[in-house]
Amino acid sequence: MSDSPTVVATHNPDLQHHFSSMEQQQDASMLGMWVFLITEIMFFGGMFFGYMVYRFYYYAAWLEGSQHMDFWWGTINTVVLLCSSLTMVLAVRSTQLNRRKSTVVFLLVTILFGLAFLGIKAIEYHGHWTEHQFPGLNWSWPGPYSSQVALFFSFYWAMTGFHALHMVIGIGLVLFIAYHAWKGKYSALYFNPVENVGLYWHFVDIVWIYLYPLLYLIGHKKG
Amino acid sequence: MSQHIVSAKLYISVWAALICLTVATAAVSYLELGPFNIVLALTIATCKMLLVALFFMGLKYISDRMTIVVIVAGLFWLGILVVLGMSDYVSRAWY
Amino acid sequence: MATVAVPIERENYLNKEYGVASWLFTTDHKRIALLYLLSITFFFFIGGFFALLIRLELLTPAGDLVQADTYNKLFTMHGQVMVFFFLIPAVPAVLGNFLIPLMIGAKDLAFPRINLLSWYLYIIGGLFMMYTIVNGGVDTGWTFYTPLSTQFLDTHVVAAALAIFIAGFSSILTGLNFIVTIHRMRAPGMTWSRLPLFVWANYATAIIQVLGTPVLAITLMLVALERIFRLGIFNPQMGGDPLLFQHLFWFYSHPAVYIMILPGMGVVSEIVTCFTRKRIFGYRFMAVALIAIAVLGFLVWAHHMFIAGISLYSALAFSLLSYFVAVPSAIKVFNWTATMYKGSVSFDTPMLYALGFIGLFTMGGLTGLFLAALGIDVHVTDTYFVIAHFHYIMVGGMVIAYLAGIHFWWPKISGRMYPEFWGKLAAMIIFVGFNLTFFPQFVLGYMGMPRRYWQYSPEFQVLNVLSTAGATILAVGYVLPMVYLLWSMRYGKLADANPWDAAGLEWTTSSPPTTFNFDETPVVTWEAYNYDELDAPKEVPLER
Repeated sequence: MSDSPTVVATHNPDLQHHFSSMEQQQDASMLGMWVFLITEIMFFGGMFFGYMVYRFYYYAAWLEGSQHMDFWWGTINTVVLLCSSLTMVLAVRSTQLNRRKSTVVFLLVTILFGLAFLGIKAIEYHGHWTEHQFPGLNWSWPGPYSSQVALFFSFYWAMTGFHALHMVIGIGLVLFIAYHAWKGKYSALYFNPVENVGLYWHFVDIVWIYLYPLLYLIGHKKG
Repeated sequence: MSQHIVSAKLYISVWAALICLTVATAAVSYLELGPFNIVLALTIATCKMLLVALFFMGLKYISDRMTIVVIVAGLFWLGILVVLGMSDYVSRAWY
Repeated sequence: MATVAVPIERENYLNKEYGVASWLFTTDHKRIALLYLLSITFFFFIGGFFALLIRLELLTPAGDLVQADTYNKLFTMHGQVMVFFFLIPAVPAVLGNFLIPLMIGAKDLAFPRINLLSWYLYIIGGLFMMYTIVNGGVDTGWTFYTPLSTQFLDTHVVAAALAIFIAGFSSILTGLNFIVTIHRMRAPGMTWSRLPLFVWANYATAIIQVLGTPVLAITLMLVALERIFRLGIFNPQMGGDPLLFQHLFWFYSHPAVYIMILPGMGVVSEIVTCFTRKRIFGYRFMAVALIAIAVLGFLVWAHHMFIAGISLYSALAFSLLSYFVAVPSAIKVFNWTATMYKGSVSFDTPMLYALGFIGLFTMGGLTGLFLAALGIDVHVTDTYFVIAHFHYIMVGGMVIAYLAGIHFWWPKISGRMYPEFWGKLAAMIIFVGFNLTFFPQFVLGYMGMPRRYWQYSPEFQVLNVLSTAGATILAVGYVLPMVYLLWSMRYGKLADANPWDAAGLEWTTSSPPTTFNFDETPVVTWEAYNYDELDAPKEVPLER
């Protein structure tokens, strides 16, 4: 057990002093990340529960609202995020193989996909705004069930909004990791920050994997 | 701790499967299946989630049991909120 | 050491570095614990100040001290400050932070920088809360019920919601830190079944913090969004359901009460064993009971909504589940009592507080069962009966357990002993003051006095006057420890490593401990609470 780590010549410089070994540090780090992700499950879960309650009550309005989602942009965005997950996991793999340059490239491509996702969401949001589909502030609904469709849109804006906020944070994290990867900080001996950011990124992708059918694919398409 | 290094080919295959499932779920939404639309859509979504979790997040290769316990607990707790919460709404009409 | 004229001060975590920066940027869990101690004490007195104003208003039946709206603000701010800025952090962030690494033989928590971040977030949340208070406070009730909070008030609801959101994040990070620490940083030989129950208690608490608080977070966010953008999620006129808010709110806020009580139960286990010189009765049951309370606590939330409009069938289910959650708590009370049976009991200040806890928590818990019964609840809900019930648990239980812990570990934290006479005196003043304040409230509630009303029917006045008198005595009792604990930091008797001859790794370090806690990582070969071994006649020096 290493109590005075500075004495040992081969002690990993990334070992924090309160841990007794890199293995303990990595195990703790990874467990910490997973515990954090379950807090995120509960955070988004609250909104999923609310969505479920009103879908149960107002199915017709939910159907109606979903028809006014931009099916193609939503589908493209789903594909974009899946691609970003691929590049993210390839970045982690490159770090494990000590390939500094491809790590940085994969991370930067991940960021590009992330930005593409946000750009498409901006287009969608702009569209919904000009169509007066923002409840409260900017709402005008010509069809039936107006206030109930407004509830659907409230959940749309809240759920995709928080998801987009998590994307922004994720892009920030990947940028941070990319910078340090470029500086040569990570290697096969020390890559768990990259892995942890990857876990976060994949989690945010999984949230979208559920948001997509729940918001865009309710019922069947009319024409 | 995942020291296991997965081949790039496997990652790309998983990605391809994810894309196929996305195309499938988009296509199926054009069909009129009544209540089965959502069942099918969520089933496909769950398959996609499992692919991402097992392969991209490395759960398939994790030897640490605690991580699995943590994840199951998280999903179970979401289940508590949804099931016990919805039980109120669903049973309001019973009398 | 008290007789030495000029004690040579060994280096410890307090004197290692001086200067504000060394405190504000520390990653030492012990210093962070003290930062929390100062901060939560500040908020305790803010919350207490609001309580005194409430009790002053309630001296007379007429609403003559403050306006009705102001009264609403008083009880709201009292509740929000006390719950979110005192009770939720109290034992975990102060005692848990300080003791958990020591108790498991580690040098620090798993994530020291996140620990510091937790405190920063607490302070930022606190600043938002002070902003709210200074700008007139909020009058929604601590429970933020919609649509009142989202549509009909022009007070700083969003600021208060943000304050609690940020403080909640602090709580989540503390819980995360504890879970990883307890799983990964235990010293060799410190198996789960050798852990002190204080560690088990904080672990169970951490589970709740991590799984429950995020739901509060999203709920507060939705309230804020609804207020700012007039969304309608909780607005009945738009088809929204106010009960959705209540479901989401209470999904966290019921388990939150277990966040508040479980660490206190951990403290009591440590103290009862030490001052009875016995192993805890039924260690395994005690540990499992802690986890059971944490888990079952998530299944009962709608018992706060029995008359709000949930379905009868749902109410029946939640009522039954609420009875179940009482069982592990009762097991704990039985086991503390059994521990004391045929033990060698001494009545030092921490033990006085611990005994107070056991009695008062039992009363509070039993009255919870009254409330869990649907028929009785219809009669006493939203009356002073409920208020008395939860104050018996939170003040008679939790605050007393917190004071018990502060006194018990004071020598370890500060290197000084508190004055025993004043400690005992304050404990007794608090006990008397507490019961005088809150017992009349059970009667008031049963007689029908509603809660959150700033004026009341004249027949309730006598009991209200008794309650206010009690509150004044209680206030004196709370100020005393502030004074003598501060005094002791300079003039108190110097403490040695283990003034109580207690079991537990924290007592093997110096008082106060060094920054890295242990000179050598301990190797544990003994069970928890091995008082029979520690107190055995010493023919041969025991390995510690």
